[in-house]
Amino acid sequence: MAAPHLSRELPLKVAAGRTLLIPYVMAGLDDQWLDVVDAVVDAGADAVEVGLPFSDPIIDGPTIQEAGVRSIERGTTAVSALAQLARRDFPVPIVVMTYYNIIAHLGHERFAGLATNAGVSGAIVADLSLEELDGWAACADDSGIDTVLLVAPSTPPERTQRLCERSRGFVYAVARMGVTGERAELGSGVIDVVSKIRSFTSPPVCVGIGVSTPDQAAEVGESADGVIVGSALIRRLLDGEGPNGAAEFVGSLRRAIDA
Amino acid sequence: MTDAVMGDPGSNGRFGDFGGRFVPEPLMPACQELEIAFREAWTDPTFIDEYHTILRDYGGRPTPITRCGRLSEELGVDLYLKREDLAHTGSHKINNVIGQALLTRRMGKQRMIAETGAGQHGVASATAAALLGLECVVFMGEVDTERQQLNVFRMELLGAEVRTVTSGSRTLKDAVNEAMRTWVSEVEDTHYCLGSVMGPHPFPWMVREFQRIIGDESVLQMFESGVGTPDFVVACVGGGSNAAGLFSGFVDSPAALVGVEAAGGAAISSGSPGVLHGMRSMLIQNDDGQIIEAHSISAGLDYPGIGPEHAHLAETGRARYETATDEEVLVALQRLASREGIIPALESAHALAWVIREAGHEIPLGSKVLINLSGRGDKDVAQVRAILRGGAT
Ligand SMILES: Cc1ncc(COP(=O)(O)O)c(C=O)c1O
Repeated sequence: MAAPHLSRELPLKVAAGRTLLIPYVMAGLDDQWLDVVDAVVDAGADAVEVGLPFSDPIIDGPTIQEAGVRSIERGTTAVSALAQLARRDFPVPIVVMTYYNIIAHLGHERFAGLATNAGVSGAIVADLSLEELDGWAACADDSGIDTVLLVAPSTPPERTQRLCERSRGFVYAVARMGVTGERAELGSGVIDVVSKIRSFTSPPVCVGIGVSTPDQAAEVGESADGVIVGSALIRRLLDGEGPNGAAEFVGSLRRAIDA
Repeated sequence: MTDAVMGDPGSNGRFGDFGGRFVPEPLMPACQELEIAFREAWTDPTFIDEYHTILRDYGGRPTPITRCGRLSEELGVDLYLKREDLAHTGSHKINNVIGQALLTRRMGKQRMIAETGAGQHGVASATAAALLGLECVVFMGEVDTERQQLNVFRMELLGAEVRTVTSGSRTLKDAVNEAMRTWVSEVEDTHYCLGSVMGPHPFPWMVREFQRIIGDESVLQMFESGVGTPDFVVACVGGGSNAAGLFSGFVDSPAALVGVEAAGGAAISSGSPGVLHGMRSMLIQNDDGQIIEAHSISAGLDYPGIGPEHAHLAETGRARYETATDEEVLVALQRLASREGIIPALESAHALAWVIREAGHEIPLGSKVLINLSGRGDKDVAQVRAILRGGAT
């Protein structure tokens, strides 16, 4: 219930010189998913991104797709996932990541109410563009939920500025053009997208999509304020590694970033 | 935005409450670039001329309107068919792909990707790509590659690569998902040639504009033949492109506009508002906002949504949307074949099935009825034989 608030907590940590680490966990993936959230927090996460599954996740690659399918087949809904989250306290901010239909179908107010009740202070809505944002964002602002926006390598400068101004909590910098998934190489795009964002005033800049290994996380941490790791963690969870495996992996990311 | 019904939806791509552009940020610039390119092209006489010339000399347009003598007598209505089945590649899909392939070239891109259900849009895309020397990759759900094997081979003959989609329900909706995912990573040199009046702005509007040639021709042909404005204008609806094309010619006339969806995929009558594939429209979804698989005998109508402009036309009452069952469709297909010597696509047979059911009921006897025969049934013959001979579905 009393998790710290995204837009208060993250800038303080960045100001204190810490590079943020934000792992992605799929809600309802198995019986242990809340223990996984606890485990990644203990292993050094500064916030946790909790995926609420959607049947048609167009920005997700095979790993997160499979996690979503498993979760939906287990009967997970946004309502059930938020109710489960509400039963625990977390010492770091919780950000939900989902697609707009999940929110629109419940209704903005109802979703925001359930989310705040669950201690959620941020939302990433993958397919809600700046142009379509107003209805949800007004409701989210009133409810104290930070709506995090994406900036992509393809985003032109003028649009980047508007996204930076409107994004709350952090700016999600997309590392490369493509869907979520592990990549052997990060490519040169990361530095470009981060410096594009840095030319405007914005909340902390966190890089995600394709960051898979401790080395890559460390590399990203050199230019960005934070690192988001999804598929590489989800694959371990799909393989049954559970909270211990999650803690071990997130711990290795933490050490690499801090080294 | 103009106030005209079926006009320009403006920069937000809105049709009343429906439409819009709900895509992840990496795709936004591509959608905006496409809108600008289309707006320029569609006011450029050279582009428009090339589009019409190709559709005439290569596509076989204008397609005729055929009066169904025997069926008219049996049903007690005056029945006309707009013969999109006679267009090159066997359906209306060619109109859209010629437009989009020309636009792909104009934008300096070398490659088109497309989704397909029945395979008709895939075949049409592969055809247009071959004609203009573009690369082409077609995404098709595994369920559909199995029931439309000949179309898979056709696409390959035409030089396209067919990628089987095994995620989700393995039908049209998942082929769209996979095409969008691929578009994100290859947007630089690749155009996504969407096959119906759906998706993010500008697709619903652009595809309708490339299909309005069906309606424009029909208006002229009905006038020149002395028949005049039909009382009913009827088309099947998957995403809704053949219906939008035909309706756009008659939306300002007194004709009643009727879209016919598959009973197992009826977004207007069994759906609710939602957001999928970049658009706000009517969708079939469960209580949690998860999209439900559509089920239809025709792969081309196996889509849980509908184009946003149709959702708007339904809401305003300018058009109405009805359904036909698989059984009615099979009967309709056989009836048109045996009475008129035309084997329709299973998709198109939905429109006919509704007219057969409602002639003398919703459709007063003596009415003039124009049906869009959106495609020919060759692709469906093996499937229909299996059902009729083997009892399988
Ligand atoms: C012959 C035919 N008609 C209709 C459709 C449905 O598409 P739309 O509703 O966009 O016309 C298809 C789709 O594959 C088709 O092949």
